[in-house]
Amino acid sequence: MIRFAIERFLLAIPTLFVMLTAIFVLVRLVPGDAASVILGDQATEASLRALRGRLGLDQPLHVQYLSFLGEVLTGNLGHSLSSGRSVVQEVLVVLPYTIELTLVSIVIGVALGLPLGIAAAVGRNGWIDYVSRLVSLIGLSFPAFVSGILMLIVFAIQLGWFPVLNSNSGDPLERLRNLALPAFNLGLIMMAYVMRVTRSSMLGVLGEDYIRTARAKGVRPMRLILRHSLRNALIPVVTVVGLYFGTLIGNSVLTEIIFNRPGLGKLILGALNSRDYTLLEGLMIIFAICVIIVNTLTDITYGLIDPRVKHK
Amino acid sequence: MAATSASPSLPRPGGVWLAFSSNRLSWVGLALLIAIVLIAIGAPLIAPHDPLEQSIIARLEPPSAQFLLGTDNYGRDVLSRLIYGSRISLVVGSVAILIAMTIGCTIGIIAGYLGGLFDQLMMGLLDVMLAFPTLLLGLMIAAMLGASLENLVIAIAVTEIAPFARVARAPTIALKQQDFVVAGRALGFGPIRIMGIHILPNLVSDIVVMSSLWMASAIRTEASLSFIGLGVPPPTPTWGSMIREGFENILDAWWLAVFPSLAILLTVLALNLLGDALRDAIDPKLRGE
Repeated sequence: MIRFAIERFLLAIPTLFVMLTAIFVLVRLVPGDAASVILGDQATEASLRALRGRLGLDQPLHVQYLSFLGEVLTGNLGHSLSSGRSVVQEVLVVLPYTIELTLVSIVIGVALGLPLGIAAAVGRNGWIDYVSRLVSLIGLSFPAFVSGILMLIVFAIQLGWFPVLNSNSGDPLERLRNLALPAFNLGLIMMAYVMRVTRSSMLGVLGEDYIRTARAKGVRPMRLILRHSLRNALIPVVTVVGLYFGTLIGNSVLTEIIFNRPGLGKLILGALNSRDYTLLEGLMIIFAICVIIVNTLTDITYGLIDPRVKHK
Repeated sequence: MAATSASPSLPRPGGVWLAFSSNRLSWVGLALLIAIVLIAIGAPLIAPHDPLEQSIIARLEPPSAQFLLGTDNYGRDVLSRLIYGSRISLVVGSVAILIAMTIGCTIGIIAGYLGGLFDQLMMGLLDVMLAFPTLLLGLMIAAMLGASLENLVIAIAVTEIAPFARVARAPTIALKQQDFVVAGRALGFGPIRIMGIHILPNLVSDIVVMSSLWMASAIRTEASLSFIGLGVPPPTPTWGSMIREGFENILDAWWLAVFPSLAILLTVLALNLLGDALRDAIDPKLRGE
């Protein structure tokens, strides 16, 4: 198992390399160059040259590329142009809020989506199947900021159950009230994905011969579903939870903006508004690394659920 | 050549139509989509007011007989802006998907047909693109290029290339071993002719189905980017930017954010319903044949 895990991590290195290269190219695609965009139209030639020197834009491309890679590998992502603090510092300040939000929403999504998906598959073409399929299709259709705004209007403004503005209070109960709406907003969208995959994956497994055999020899229905079917049906579900991580990050950005929560989302928005390109670039690199780590962990999880994967 | 009509991934057309037309939800999706397209085309005829006309006395009016869905912060009619906003969503969504489809399918077919190192390289690259969050990739590209209609289309198109390439590649690998392709090669047809005339037509139904699902995603991304402020610049009405403006006045005028939200939801839902029904219809496994 440990060897399998190490292999997976080694395979992630070329992917990381491609992603970093793509980010490097993207930042150099800025029309004109980053310096003129940051300083605007009224910039003098001298100040442009000074900023180019500071950003290293006056070096030849291959030198820029090598120093870019070198700095990323040593964990130096540059300094925010607007606050002057290092990008890593900026991110570490808000990261706990985003992690808290995403983890709680994953728990909500899986806790609701998995049982619903199983119920829909077991009662195929019954009312519970139709209702949960329609609910999941609606869930898949919501852009995260649209569902967020509707929840904010209904539950915070009209009903007043939850605070409209995120108050930064240390009281745990208040913290939970602040977290509830954004976490459910992300969690319900995730539920839609999990439910859909669980349903189709369970349908596939329930049609297998060994399930028929187990049923014929008198295994009780509950045990048949939970022990014989679910374990095999889980692999695609784990894939979706892993793949969904990228979408989840995007959605959490929108959700944080709507509910005025501190986090990576507000950091991105601030960087966009102040044209802080080094912060944006640094954030993209951090996202890329997160996505790769989660994908690798997803791969390793297959090995835990299904021993066959390890020996392929 | 009988093999053309009996390729492995494609069921008979009649069966597809039957499966599609017997699914009630597919009709709901189709009807909704046709209605939205008609609204977008006929916007000047339907809209009760000029979507750009401002009025200082009629600011933030709640829904009334004169302004059915109320007015915004500049006194502009929300219903008219909503009607015109459908144009941006549909145009950006469909143009971005057309570009992504063209580039993605070309890459997918060539990679699948040639195989080998080119295939491995392209697929590795596309896996990376797939892993990266769509919204963040779009956001990054739009932020780097600057906010405009063209850049928005480019940003969204780039994020949707990878899925099309994957959809085109898998059946290409199966098709290139079919007799009619082997025969074409034996007759001395060049690779471009084989890929374009003999392989591409067999992929069309798969690609069309994907398009409606990915157009739903493109419209979602467009709205999200507009909401963040990277969409088509004001005063052009777009649903995402209307929600953004509504969000700023959310405590005084809830209707500003609610109506464009519902418009986006209905459009995306229509495309998803249609795409789902089409996919179920062409997938023989789901049709229970």
